Amino acid sequence: MKNSYIGQAWLVLALSVSFGAALAGVETWLRPTIEANKLAATIRWIPRIVPGADARRSARAAPIVVTVGTGRNETPYDVFRALDYQGGQIGWVVRASGKGFADKIEVLIGLDARAETITGLSILDQKETPGLGNKIEKMGDKKHKGFLWQFRYHHPRAGRPLVVTTASPRKGEAGGANKIRAVAGATISSKSVCSIINEALSRPLREKLIAALATTTRKGPRRD
Amino acid sequence: MAEDGPTPLERFLRGILPENPVYRQLLGMCPTLAVTNGMREAMTMAGAVTFVLLCANILISLIRHLLKPHLRILVFTLTIAAFVTIADRFLAAFLPEMSQKLGPYVPLIIVNCIIICRCEVCASKQSLPTAVADAVGQSIGFALALASIATVREVLGSGSWFGLELLPESIWPRWGIMLLPPGAFLTLGLLLGGANRLSSWRSAKRAPQTSQG
Repeated sequence: MKNSYIGQAWLVLALSVSFGAALAGVETWLRPTIEANKLAATIRWIPRIVPGADARRSARAAPIVVTVGTGRNETPYDVFRALDYQGGQIGWVVRASGKGFADKIEVLIGLDARAETITGLSILDQKETPGLGNKIEKMGDKKHKGFLWQFRYHHPRAGRPLVVTTASPRKGEAGGANKIRAVAGATISSKSVCSIINEALSRPLREKLIAALATTTRKGPRRD
Repeated sequence: MAEDGPTPLERFLRGILPENPVYRQLLGMCPTLAVTNGMREAMTMAGAVTFVLLCANILISLIRHLLKPHLRILVFTLTIAAFVTIADRFLAAFLPEMSQKLGPYVPLIIVNCIIICRCEVCASKQSLPTAVADAVGQSIGFALALASIATVREVLGSGSWFGLELLPESIWPRWGIMLLPPGAFLTLGLLLGGANRLSSWRSAKRAPQTSQG
């Protein structure tokens, strides 16, 4: 027994089980608070990724869960309504996540009301390589355009897949808005973000958003 | 039962200056360079490292008689990873903006050499009081080192300390480079040089006294 694998590794096994249980307990305890923080961060981001949206009005609109796919491929997306200061819907914010280079990347995708155009993007959570992959979070300015600038000001079409390139698309190039220039030194992180968006903005999701918009429009804008 | 090695008080005092993890042992360079552009970030990191180091030292010291020599590093890493995950979730829940700012540097505490070094050098060999004193001393030493670098960088780079404006922009033009990676290397290099100079000056001062005695 003393020289068997169990005899050698019982302490490692016991610690693994204990730590696993302790971490599960901590996660159960803290998850609601962490989720509430993420929700608050999402609400704060809405006016920045859907121009014209009002954070207070949008916060009052309950988010909806849109499920895409069936069976094992079923993916639920939290979708937030972006409302203007009068309560009229001017867009959507889709919360999506996927695998990055180091860990999970969570993004907020801003869409117009008809879910045809991407109006902005923000990175809600990421743990990419500092100094390289984490540059995907940068908006930059007109002179030094960051990765997010392309989504905020070039307005890629939501119905077409985004293509990651290493060179800037030429001005006026057909479909140029959907060509996203990768961050130098962080091509994998850039591709991960684009594939998360491509996967999220599938046709069924956009159709469900349009249907939800039609229902809201029939009911009329919220005046609360 | 008497034990070999330094006493708890010696361990505590050594960690602060004579064996300062940053200035004397050159350990934990990743957070030292990366999160010292502001005092708030630096002190949050110091707090997280203190929590992990204290908990890891306590646990390793308690189970030190059960450790198998060839599995000890695995046990250290497992222990540190568990406490770092707890610290990470706490920050995400109660200090979400700071958690966002520190980003991957909190999970990177898992590979912080200070903690694994203290587990190996002290906690796996000495009693609980010594391990606790060692963890507290090293944590204070690490916090002081981060605070010294962060103070220089934040004051020169932003004209503020803990976010409070000390030098208005009309008096002090902001040295933006101090907030960037070159500023971190410059500050660390200069302070490290200063610490070495001080150390050699103290040794030289002590040498004649020793020869006289």
